Amino acid sequence: MNSFLSQKWLKIPVFLACLVPLGLLILAAFHDGAGQLIHTDKTFSNIFPSLTLGANPVQFIQHATGDWTLRFLIITLAITPFRKLLHLPALIRFRRMTGLFAFFYVCLHFTTYLWPDQDFDVHAMIKDFAKRPFITMGYTGFLLMIPLAVTSTRGWIRRLGGKRWQWLHRAIYISAIAGVIHYAWLVKSDERKPIQYAVMVGALLLYRVIAWIWPRRGAARASGSAASSPQHPVTAESE
Amino acid sequence: MLIKRLPELKYSDVTPKDVYINRRKFLADAGFIAGAAFAGGSLWKFLSPSQRVFAATKLDVASKSPFSTTEKETPYNDVTHYNNYYEFGTDKTDPANNAGNFKTSPWSVSVEGECAKPRTFTMDEILKLAPLEERIYRHRCVEAWSIVVPWIGYSFSVLANLVQPTANAKFVAFQSFYDKQQMPLARGSGINPPYVEGLRMDEAMHPLTMISVGMYGETLPNQDGAPVRMTIPWKYGFKSIKSIVKVKFVTKMPPTTWNMLASDEYGFYSNVNPQVDHPRWSQAKERRLGEFLMRPTVMFNGYGDQVAKLYAGMDLRKNY
Repeated sequence: MNSFLSQKWLKIPVFLACLVPLGLLILAAFHDGAGQLIHTDKTFSNIFPSLTLGANPVQFIQHATGDWTLRFLIITLAITPFRKLLHLPALIRFRRMTGLFAFFYVCLHFTTYLWPDQDFDVHAMIKDFAKRPFITMGYTGFLLMIPLAVTSTRGWIRRLGGKRWQWLHRAIYISAIAGVIHYAWLVKSDERKPIQYAVMVGALLLYRVIAWIWPRRGAARASGSAASSPQHPVTAESE
Repeated sequence: MLIKRLPELKYSDVTPKDVYINRRKFLADAGFIAGAAFAGGSLWKFLSPSQRVFAATKLDVASKSPFSTTEKETPYNDVTHYNNYYEFGTDKTDPANNAGNFKTSPWSVSVEGECAKPRTFTMDEILKLAPLEERIYRHRCVEAWSIVVPWIGYSFSVLANLVQPTANAKFVAFQSFYDKQQMPLARGSGINPPYVEGLRMDEAMHPLTMISVGMYGETLPNQDGAPVRMTIPWKYGFKSIKSIVKVKFVTKMPPTTWNMLASDEYGFYSNVNPQVDHPRWSQAKERRLGEFLMRPTVMFNGYGDQVAKLYAGMDLRKNY
């Protein structure tokens, strides 16, 4: 499995899979457009009768891109635990890609706010930012992702140094938490979906706390016996 | 612009009634895409049929009301597939998917409380209390979207006058139908059924306040509040209670569902007011379904000339 995951070509299908949500949105938009242009056209509707953006297309795209931002953040956060628990170190090859896709979808999400919702009215957006806690949360999550996207290149890892780079990139924890709160504060009464996201993000962050404590406890117990070499937090094993 | 709507369909152009979607065949067709996708939620929503069409009966409309707006009607398909009816699920497309088997016949509405002649009206009686009018009203949801709907019905005052409310009647309390078996999704929705709403007596007796039994020339589809609902065009949509089973004239301001859930967010009056924001979002603008950019929201949803006097001297910031 690990050698399969190390295949060079595998990045291409993974990349394409990450584009499926966007592809479906585009297809649905075309489908809706075609359905209205040619009333009697049966081909489109016969293949995907329900591929539609619905009655409120802007909101549909806004919600879909918001959902996929959270999902890609969760996938990105899940890579380290899966890598460790399933002994699949090669999974790390996909982490930058999924992280950048989270950024890609949050940019689309932000655009739906910037353009159809706010019509590029910067004044109104600043007011909104200050006045609406759920918007403030959304901005927090989004803005924190910008430096991470910028410094995602190999060159930046070198320039910052592994340790410092890693510290910076822990900002994804805050982005994920802010994203979930952003969602929960928007919902009117049915909190089930935000709770699902919260549980997943919570579990993935809990893993990190445990992974951080565990080797230390082990090391403390074993102190005196073996002189173990200092472990890098990324490579620290945990059960 | 892809998402911009092209000139709207006439209601008669909407999918013919006999074209129902074959869910199984469709799911098989869509299988390969679903398989390619790993996280299901939104994809599933994409691929699950929601374009169902409902059997409806034509209604004899006696007159077109002068209360009607000349604004463009929202397409029927949008008004029937973008609903807030939490008893049938909290997603906008849930009611269209889940209300299909909702049993609305036989139906009766009990009218009781502070009135001289309390009685129960059968649905047949309600349909004949007054000549049916078509009234094209703007409908503004508290969530900042809006639609324009040709409702069919008559002023609520017609029904109220038949039971003769007493001088003690200061408010009207309304109650929706609720049945656990038929509405299993109500439990997880966050609201506490049965849905209840209320109006002050003068609001209820205002000629714009309407009992609706149909829309777009036909009886109401289940997801839009069949078989009988209220339509109060200057208030946020949630005030216009659906599927009414009880009307009660009362002396005190009655409890209302959303107000009980979050009283700082949903007041008893809930008049459309662009100056008073919902605590979590602005009410200054709204998205008319079918439009790309948002448009400014108008005080009392544009019905200020008729209704502003009801609130003369009231602080609408406090009485939101």
